[in-house]
Amino acid sequence: MSATKSIEAPNDEPATRPAPVLEVRDLCTEFRTKAGVGRAVDGVSFTLHEGEILAIVGESGSGKSVTSLSIMGLIPDPPGRIAGGSVTYGGRDLTRLDEKALQKLRGNEIAMIFQEPMTSLNPVLSIGRQMTEGIRQHTGMSEAEARKHAVEMMRRVSIPAPEKRLGEYPHQFSGGMLQRIMIAIAMSCSPRVLIADEPTTALDVTIQAQILELMRDLRATTGASIMLITHDMGVVAEMADRVVVMYAGRKVEEGRVEDIFARPRHPYTRGLLAALPVLGTAGEVGGTQLNEIPGVVPALTDLPNGCRFSDRCALSTDKCLAEDPPFADRVGAHSAACWHSDRLAPTMEATS
Amino acid sequence: MQNRLEKAIALAGAAHTPAAGVAPSGWAVLLRRMGRFWRSAMSNRGARVGMVLVTVLVLVAFFAPWIAPYPPDEMGAGMSLLTPEMAYPFGTDEFGRDIFSRVIWGARLTIQVGVIAVGISLTVGTLTGLVAGYAGGWTERILMRLVDVVFSFTETLIALAAVAVLGPSLSNAMIAVGIAAIPFYARVAYSVTLVERNRAYFDAAYVQGAGHLRLIFLHLLPNIIPPLIVVATLGVSSAVLAAAGLSFLGLGAQPPSPEWGAMLSAGRDYFNQAPWIMIYPGVAIMITVLAFNLLGDGIREALDPRQTV
Repeated sequence: MSATKSIEAPNDEPATRPAPVLEVRDLCTEFRTKAGVGRAVDGVSFTLHEGEILAIVGESGSGKSVTSLSIMGLIPDPPGRIAGGSVTYGGRDLTRLDEKALQKLRGNEIAMIFQEPMTSLNPVLSIGRQMTEGIRQHTGMSEAEARKHAVEMMRRVSIPAPEKRLGEYPHQFSGGMLQRIMIAIAMSCSPRVLIADEPTTALDVTIQAQILELMRDLRATTGASIMLITHDMGVVAEMADRVVVMYAGRKVEEGRVEDIFARPRHPYTRGLLAALPVLGTAGEVGGTQLNEIPGVVPALTDLPNGCRFSDRCALSTDKCLAEDPPFADRVGAHSAACWHSDRLAPTMEATS
Repeated sequence: MQNRLEKAIALAGAAHTPAAGVAPSGWAVLLRRMGRFWRSAMSNRGARVGMVLVTVLVLVAFFAPWIAPYPPDEMGAGMSLLTPEMAYPFGTDEFGRDIFSRVIWGARLTIQVGVIAVGISLTVGTLTGLVAGYAGGWTERILMRLVDVVFSFTETLIALAAVAVLGPSLSNAMIAVGIAAIPFYARVAYSVTLVERNRAYFDAAYVQGAGHLRLIFLHLLPNIIPPLIVVATLGVSSAVLAAAGLSFLGLGAQPPSPEWGAMLSAGRDYFNQAPWIMIYPGVAIMITVLAFNLLGDGIREALDPRQTV
């Protein structure tokens, strides 16, 4: 644990930047299929800093979920495997740690919540049982202490009458309540990193807002870093400090949330932003239509030559079709993998 | 009226929800789920008939000493080869033993066979399938190929081979029948485990740091039980039939024993003069097998997702 504190921010980063907690370097995750080997994640790097909310954004099939599953060691092998790269936490590479050591980290220092709260809890075990399981394992508390702690956690995620509800079962809760429980379980051992894989996608909009607010509160009180996987730019705008945009297994853009929204440097990001509905305009006479990015994410076993976004991109040129643009990494700043970053019109306001 | 009764039962059930602060184990929930499922199974007429027959069988077996008018192996309880009459409802055999008493005592052996043989195949099969489905990789391949090998022989052949090795006796016949049925249970447990381990709760438990034992026995096992109950119920009838068959061939229960299959075998020589020696044990086997099949089918229907919404 002391190892994490000894990691210092790299010299070329501004001194004010908080220390990195989780570093993903050149992560490659492959899946063997009948059509060939598909690289769902291909050389992705990013850093999660102390106390920040980092959003990983992209369409279905962009590799954002596989990235989070790779970090947690949840890639089913076979058919999948982590083919290269590293995930450094506390000075140790998670992709090389043995199962025993990982078990101590999972749920204790790195926790995760999933998209479907309704199915994320075991239907035959009481909420109390499922909450105390992890607490007892990681903290060595007694049954009674763990129950007290579980009640405390339920209170923190605003579940009424926690003592009573501890004895109930998942089917007796609503989806929003279950996601609160999942968050309570995830936060119960005060993890330093919380990975949230589309935590609000299955919930309706008002509950969504409550859950997001709850996560922000918890970040503020516990100082945990949150890695938020989502395809919803609205959620990103509301939550994130920094954003990583992924497309077809690659990181295509990274930057602070204000920069990404004001001056997207990749046409894909631009497309995602343009696809956001603007309140009160759609359907009206003279209102804007809902924008979409033409086409779909290419199959991983059949990627286009050159830039992977070239076949869907309005700015695509011969150079894009021939050469893969490198990720122009300007450390700590806003950067993208596009030959034409400078040709992109700067603001979203101009388009709407 | 019936509706109100059901509501009352449901309310009584609700009152049983555990008091605040007490975490019941997964097994308690399982029992409660089974209660709900039980009511659904019993709405099927065949299942009710099966249940009544099974209950009668169990009661007869339990109270055999009180019901049977004679000890099962008392020779000369009557004249030999007596036709059924009031004193000897099922007649007597060549040694003058009362067939009625013997059939009643035989129920005990049949229950034993059902419980022990199914117990063996259920336990070993479930563990095999569960571990194979959970572990994946080489463990899975080796375990399931072994199961396939056993599967590819007919059950009777395996049972015969097992008895040949262990020697002929009723307990060995039970073990043999139990071993022969393992693949069925292993296959079912394996396929359900594959489904359950792909559910989100499994991943969620995993990322909370749960270890192998907890994942297998706390999270997966209670969730794979329901289909195994069906297989086990239907399995009782085939186990009873297989054990009776082995006894008939002289590889199971040995002569003085009132085991139904052995009685059939012993009565063969007298079939022309005294068919009742064979008829009554035969009918007993038939009714038992029918009872468990009806019950099993009813349970299967209750578990069928297309029927219970």
